[in-house]
This record gives sequence, structure tokens and C-alpha cells, in this order.
Amino acid sequence: MKNIWFHMQGYRDLPDDFRDRYESIWVNPPNDELCDPATVGKYLNWNLDELEMADDLGFDGIGTNEHHQNGYGFPVSPHMTAAVLAHRKSDAAICLLGSTLPTYPPMRVAEELAAIDCMSGGRLIAGWPVGSAMDTVGNFGIPPTQVRPRYYEAHDLIKAAWTKPGPFPFNGKYTKLRYVNPWPKPIQKPHPPIWLAGGGSLETYHFAARNNYTYNYLSFHGYHAAQALMQGYWDVIESYGDLDDNPYRAGFAQLICVADTDAEAEKLYWRHIRNFFDKSMYIPSHFAMPPGYLTRASYENMLKKTGSATPFRADRWGPDATWGTTVEDHAVVVAGSPDTVAQRLTEAVRGLRIGHLICILQIQSMDPQLTEYSTRLFAEKVMPKISHLWDDEGYVDHWWPSGATRNARRGDSPVVAAGGQA
Amino acid sequence: MNTEVTTGGELTTPIEMPGEFSPNPVISKGDGSPVVFLHGPFGQEWPGYLDDLATDHRVYAPAHPGAEDPTDLTRLDHLWDLVLYYDELFHCLELGRIDLVGHSFGGMVAAEIAATYPDRVRRLVLLDSMGLWLDECPVEEHVTVSPDVLHQLLYANPEAPEVAQRLTAPDDLAAAQAAMVRQFSATAATAHFTHPIPERGLSTRLHRIRAETLLLWGAQDGLVPPIYATEFQRQIADAQVALIDNAGHYPYLEQRIDVSRRTREFLA
Repeated sequence: MKNIWFHMQGYRDLPDDFRDRYESIWVNPPNDELCDPATVGKYLNWNLDELEMADDLGFDGIGTNEHHQNGYGFPVSPHMTAAVLAHRKSDAAICLLGSTLPTYPPMRVAEELAAIDCMSGGRLIAGWPVGSAMDTVGNFGIPPTQVRPRYYEAHDLIKAAWTKPGPFPFNGKYTKLRYVNPWPKPIQKPHPPIWLAGGGSLETYHFAARNNYTYNYLSFHGYHAAQALMQGYWDVIESYGDLDDNPYRAGFAQLICVADTDAEAEKLYWRHIRNFFDKSMYIPSHFAMPPGYLTRASYENMLKKTGSATPFRADRWGPDATWGTTVEDHAVVVAGSPDTVAQRLTEAVRGLRIGHLICILQIQSMDPQLTEYSTRLFAEKVMPKISHLWDDEGYVDHWWPSGATRNARRGDSPVVAAGGQA
Repeated sequence: MNTEVTTGGELTTPIEMPGEFSPNPVISKGDGSPVVFLHGPFGQEWPGYLDDLATDHRVYAPAHPGAEDPTDLTRLDHLWDLVLYYDELFHCLELGRIDLVGHSFGGMVAAEIAATYPDRVRRLVLLDSMGLWLDECPVEEHVTVSPDVLHQLLYANPEAPEVAQRLTAPDDLAAAQAAMVRQFSATAATAHFTHPIPERGLSTRLHRIRAETLLLWGAQDGLVPPIYATEFQRQIADAQVALIDNAGHYPYLEQRIDVSRRTREFLA
């Protein structure tokens, strides 16, 4: 089992009355009122320090994502962050989960990711989420019905650019190029591992299965709530008949807080957890789920499941949430002593059947000292108890970058499927 | 041909379309010279206003493609494709010269059709039409917006019975869910051509319109403010404006009698 230390790069000081004053954490929280450039400069350097600290503490990989115009996390270009990490001498994977393809001229992604792969000695994981509605529809103004078509076309173009000899022409609906010929192509052959990220849409399960990619569920509601959704993914994998049940086909993001004792964890982290859910999950449905972002069938399915006549649902995070309900009852956050955290994560990894644990140990308002405290305890006292999971069963991680040799297990290498395409 | 009769006596007739499009469920009623009504961004409808027009005319109310069958949108990349789609639909309906009435998004499409085929449109009525953009007075957002805010933008008086009735979901859960899905699908199908700003260069084509044009506008329209009526009038050769007081984006709903009278007189 592999542990990836993941940074969401949020704004750490949002006002306490944020929800009373603003409509949303995403798309339209006014920048001049909330986002101070000098403070952001300080945060961006902290973020890099924290990622480098996790690298030094022995995580299998370090990573970040991409989002825009929000306080929850605004790594505006994960490629920029990755370039800094790639320049550093390390044997850890650089996990970008990832580049929001519909928002880019695709060749910029092909070139920049290839350059990162070259600079890092083949340590890149190229994660390609479809993109949240807030980023794609809200911030980048893509018509909701065009988000997925643009995503699929960009995927095809970038993969072709990495695997076919250039130059060649590409005639897509959204991108037309006479000469596809990126300098450079990636070091990893046939290409860096491509990871998908999703929130439960059937289309993404099937896209992962058809292409033999890993699927990562990026959730903030914990592994209990994720159980049904991940089972849905494994059911799809099984339905293909020729795909094995290798847990490295799946990853899961989990908020984690470690302290010396359970009581100490509550004392240290509860206000940061509250702050995160109060503010960063404050996204109205009209931004999160605009018409056309999901298919008509998915909307019908969603209304049927919720028994509601409206997608404009009430916020799930209420003022009555407590440490008991959030941590102990529902494991929305896995928090406590190293033993408690290791026991719960073992349950999560086994229950969800995941080979890649995306550890969110920096929770928005936490300062670098507290982040290091939690991360260090995790690295020294939790990781040794969970890293061996799946080793005895002999599963091999075919979706790990070939240049990321830290903690290498037997047989780790990118998979080569029929036709030489991973 | 399958037909469905609804309460006001209008017929829904699925019109087979060439080019692998799904059939268009055109609603029609009345006798007389043909009038085509293109609906706004929230779905096909047959408001009482069209009953009024059907006393003098044969009125056709097609659905914008893509709402019922989203795969139709994969063959419609741009507004230009949509204009050609309507040209084909009018051929299928065996319509020659027509009067064209367009509301909101439908007004934008109607103006494009009238500019592309200036001889096909005899008279043009634009109701609170999208299609232009003024930096000093932007068209408001209608896709990524909460229902409460949207209702404030759309209606001068959301409490008025004719508006309240429209905003009340059916009691039956399945019917309410179906209505929500229909509205979402319709909004998605039109946002396909307009998001995030419903302006695609119409002002470079408006000079081609030869049809006599009536611009009917809700004086309290919060979505497409009445200044746009003036702007359309400035750019169309032969256009008159009527601002309808105590009406928002749906003047034919909030001031049906006045809007129906003005439209019928103009089309007479």
C-alpha cells in the first residue's frame, strides 16, 4: 500500500463569519476582500516547505491538485508546484491529481507534464480529473454539456502526443493541429501512469476500466460514506471480466489528524476540522451541479436516490456536528493516536480495497508546525503499520511511476497492455 | 403520425427530422398564416399567449433540440448549426414565409434566423431577447444561479397568481422530479450555445434583417434589461419598441392581455 502526502493549498485565514457574508467558497468569493497577495506568497512557500518535509519523511509520493478562484484550495497550476518538486533530488513519486484537462489547450499539458517527467527522472503520476463544475463551468465558462467531450478529446490528444512519433496531425472538434510534435516526450514509456479522479459518476468508472487506469475517489466525507461508491467501482471492474481485483486500481483521499493521544487530537484539530467543513465545503448546488454537468440519466438517478424533487439540496454540514459524530461515529476524519489512526486506516484500506492512500494531513487553517507534528507522527508511527497492506497477497502496483523507486516493492512498474499502451 | 391533444386543444406532433436527429415534438394550434414561437432557456411551453395568437394564426411551438435527447447536441456544435436545424424543421413543416416570435434564448435564435434567411421571415417579434451584450449593463446569469435569485430576475411580481402557479411544483413527487429534470435538460441544451455569455456576434448580422420587427420587453426584466430593446432597435432597420410595465422577463405571462393584443395587431 502506498501513502501519498497531498496538499490542497487552501487559504488558511478566512473570516469566521464567512458563511454569513458570502454566497460560496468557490467561483465568486471576492478576491480583493479575502485574498491578500502577500499572504498568499507566504502560504505558497509554506505549502512547498510542507511538501518537501513530507518527501523527507519518507512518503511514497507527494502531490497536489488543481483548482481555481476559491478559498478551499487554489493550486492554480499543479504543473508549477510539480516543477519545484521535480527539481529536488528525491525518489518519491510526484502525484498530480491533477490537471483539469478541459480548461487547457491540451498541448500545454502534454508538454509541461512531459517536462516535469524529464526533470524528475520519471517520477510523475499524471492525474486527469474531468474537473469540478465550479472550475469548468463556473470559472472557465465551459458550457456544461461540453465539459466531458472536451475532456475526452484532450485525453486522446495528449496520450497520442506522448505515444506516437511526431509530427502528426490531430483533427479534433475543439483542437485542430497540423503538427503534434511535443518537445520533449516523457521519460516514462509508453507514458507516465495516468490516474483518474472522480466523485462517483458511472462514466468515469467505465473510462478507468476501458483504459486500465486507476480510479481515485476524492472525498471529504470519509471512508464509511465512500463504501457504497467504491463498491460501485469494483462492480464495474468485475463486469469487464478480464480485469483483476488488484487494489492498486483504486485510491482514496482521507482527511487524517494524528496526535499522541485521542484526547490530544480532539484538542489540537477540532477547530481546524470545523473550519474546513464550515467554509471549504460551503458550495451552493447551483455552482456544484449546474444543468448539463451531469447527464440527464444521472440527474434522474440522483433525484430518485435522494427522494427529492430538487437538486438544490440543503447543506450537509450543520452546527450540531461534534468530534463524536465527525470522527468517532462516521470517520469523516480519521483522527486520534497513532494506534487509533492505523487501526481505522487499515479498515479503510481493506474495506475500500485501495492501494493508494491519499493522505490529507494539512487541513486548511493548520499552521506548518501543527502540520509537521501530525505528518511526523503519521510517518513514524502509522506508516509502518499500514504500508505492508496487500504485500502478502502479492499484488503489484502497475500504476506507479518507474522513476519513483522509494520503498520499491517487487514488480512495481507501469503496466503494458495489449498494443503497448498503458 | 402520432399526435397528442392537450387541454387547450393544441396538438403535439413529433416531426421526423433528417440527419439522425430525434423527432421534434412540435405543438401547434389554430388556422391562418403561420407563426412560429421559439421558447426561452427553460423548456418548451404552450402559454396562454399562444392560444391568443392561435385565434388568427396557425401557431407552431417547437422544442429546442437536445432537451429530450441530449445526443442531438453532439450534432449541433454552434449556433450556426442550430439555425440550419430550424431551416430543416421549417422545411419538414412545409412552411414557406413565416412570422417568427422568439422569447429570450429563442429570441436570439429567431434574430439569427431572420438575419440568415431575410426573405423567409415576414414579421419578427422579439420578447426580452438575448443575443447582444453591453459592458455597462450585462445580461445576468441564468444557469449557475440559485432558484430564488433567478425568480427575482425573471418576474416583476413573483407572488402574482399566474407566476406563483408556474413556480409551484406538482404535488406528486414523480411528476415534480420529471418537471425538474425537464427544466434542467432544457436549460443545459440551450446553455450549450450560450454559456457563459449569450452573445455570439449577432450584432454583426442584425443589419441583414429585412423583416418589420416588434421588440416587446418587460420594463422590469432583471435578466435581459430593457436597454437591450433599445439596442436591438438601433441595429435593426425597421423596428419598434414596446416596454410592458409590471412585467419582467416573461411579459406574455405577467401582462398577457396587453402583450397578446400588441402581438396580434402587429402580425395582422
